[in-house]
Amino acid sequence: MSKQSRRDFLKTTAIATTAITGLASKKTKAEGRGVYLPDKAMGVLVDTTVCIGCRRCEWACKTAHDMPTPPLENYDDRTVYENMRRPDYTSYTVVNEYENDDTGKFPIDVKVQCMHCNQPACVSACIVGAFSKLENGAVVWDESKCIGCRYCMVACPFQIPAFEYQKAIQPRITKCDFCSARQAEGKLPACVEICPVEALTFGKREDLIQVAKEKMRLYPGRYVDHIYGEFEVGGTSWMYLASQDFSKLAFPKLQRDPAPGVSESIQHGLFAYFVPPIALYALLGGVMWLNKNKKSESEEEQL
Amino acid sequence: MNGYTKPQPITKKFFTPGVIIISTVALIGFAVLLARYIFGLGAITNLSNQYPWGIWIGLDVALGVALAAGGFTTAALGHIMHREKFHAIIRPALLTALLGYTFVALSVATDLGRWYYIWHPLIFWNGNSALFEVGMCVMIYLAVLYIEFLPIVCERFIGRINLPGILHLLNKPLDKLLRILDRALDKTMFIFIIAGVVLSCLHQSSLGTLMVIAGPKMHPLWQTPVLPLLFLLSAISVGFPMVIFESMISSKSFGLKPEMDILTDLARMVGPILFIYLAFKIGDMVIRRSFVYLYEINTASVMFTIELVVGVIVPLRMFLSPKVVKSPAGIFIASCLVIFGVFMNRLNNFIVAYNPPYSFHPYIPSLGEIAVTIGFIAMEVLLYRAAVMIFPVIELPNGAAPKTKYAIKGVK
Repeated sequence: MSKQSRRDFLKTTAIATTAITGLASKKTKAEGRGVYLPDKAMGVLVDTTVCIGCRRCEWACKTAHDMPTPPLENYDDRTVYENMRRPDYTSYTVVNEYENDDTGKFPIDVKVQCMHCNQPACVSACIVGAFSKLENGAVVWDESKCIGCRYCMVACPFQIPAFEYQKAIQPRITKCDFCSARQAEGKLPACVEICPVEALTFGKREDLIQVAKEKMRLYPGRYVDHIYGEFEVGGTSWMYLASQDFSKLAFPKLQRDPAPGVSESIQHGLFAYFVPPIALYALLGGVMWLNKNKKSESEEEQL
Repeated sequence: MNGYTKPQPITKKFFTPGVIIISTVALIGFAVLLARYIFGLGAITNLSNQYPWGIWIGLDVALGVALAAGGFTTAALGHIMHREKFHAIIRPALLTALLGYTFVALSVATDLGRWYYIWHPLIFWNGNSALFEVGMCVMIYLAVLYIEFLPIVCERFIGRINLPGILHLLNKPLDKLLRILDRALDKTMFIFIIAGVVLSCLHQSSLGTLMVIAGPKMHPLWQTPVLPLLFLLSAISVGFPMVIFESMISSKSFGLKPEMDILTDLARMVGPILFIYLAFKIGDMVIRRSFVYLYEINTASVMFTIELVVGVIVPLRMFLSPKVVKSPAGIFIASCLVIFGVFMNRLNNFIVAYNPPYSFHPYIPSLGEIAVTIGFIAMEVLLYRAAVMIFPVIELPNGAAPKTKYAIKGVK
């Protein structure tokens, strides 16, 4: 590889890098812990104290994504709650049920799907940039780029992306896409639309935080003082309210720092405008030249 | 120098009982590999949505890259530090690195769900991704390794091309091409040698950055922001032990005497490097106060202790002993321990330490995964054996030492 093309390569990467992260990271710094989000960033507030575990959201999700699904009546079967389920290629969202600490009360049902992080680990990790964060907050996967390395699955703090291991050709990474196609048509996400008890509230993320706080104020004692997803890994589009500690509902305990933060700082530190690699190259070249000269001098002396 | 001649192809029978056993292992691996490409990852591996990466990434790729570090460490020593004495080991180390990285690339392809898109990172870039950095560097470095090997090919075939039948018309043009290539490479080789060292430093460390993004999914004994540095240091520290290990195995296999005068000097350098690695490893543990996880006995703490004591501290003590570095058995065992330590480290980082929040049953590699991993190693051994029989790689002791023209390659 010639020097020139190498430099071009460096330059392009640096520009691409800046273009991808520059804006987001600078704004983050300016606002401290907070997160930079466009005004259009939407979200969903899940009130687990309202959810009745009817699993109509699962049916609606599959129908909206043209996935095979049993008829709606079958979803009344509550034996599925005996084992914890996770989203996979057969369903982008699942509802799990947990015992209520408050004995005698109904069990707690928790819908699981992609949280659509404000600063998604999958977007940062993906080797080919197949994931992107859209203006409406959705994190979506681009089939045409993906090489199936599954690094997104390693990176995701919520363990959401799933892989079609049974396929030899064109296996997909599957996960909730926040019904981007429906949102583009001005429709609600399928799960939100079908929910019969309004456990899911769709709206601007900032407004939803206010709604959650208002709910907590109006019904003291109904919720623990924690909106899950408000700050976790830098905030998520989907946020949860619950009557008991989230760790008892199998939510991972996460810090406020965005998941890709440390990794990206290391990456950008090592490659800051490609100075470190070029400096190392120059240093090694210098050492090589010196040693070679020393060698030939001593040879001349011998002669 | 030291009574060694210039490197030349080894003339021995290719097949021995040992080679036949290794070939069988390679064939089994190849059969499973075929099944993986026909039936998909799910049919062969125990990978799941909980454990997306198994030994094909943790060992075949991450360990494979680390164990190929002999290539850039000896290049740095021989060419950049210009220590003439070590030139005898550069070609074997280069060949090992070349084969090692070739198989790393094959392993990556095997693990990729859409392996036929392996070239996508060349056009779809994501500068934030540590994996992108690793992928690009490994691709470029692989190319550099093949370029560094080209002079050996030229040396073997210039004036000796003799194609059968009608192809003999190509003899002259090919010979001319090799001569031009040889002359061009002779003048420019230093560019590639330095590039090889820089690229190695970059991706050896970025391999460590890979798991940083897994955050709390990774056990705190291993999860640290200095992972890239630890990966780089451990790769450098395993470079010379790997060269010693291979040199002694191939000496034994070809019935040669081990080149102890070179290997002892090489072994003397391992101690200080290992010490620096150990210092950073322990320093990191103290600063992050992660040693509290060693107070209880569980898989993680046991694996960490074995990795550190058997894989770093014991060989460090051995390499620092003047008696051990002079004894063939001593440096062989000590080198094996360092290799074992890095094996444990990569296994721990990528598999043992990885604790996903929702795991229904732990990941244990399937027989198919193990067969492929061992099969790849077997194929590598066979190709190495074939290559040293075709190309002038290994220097034979005692004989006239004609001067060669590769000043920068430094082959005496």
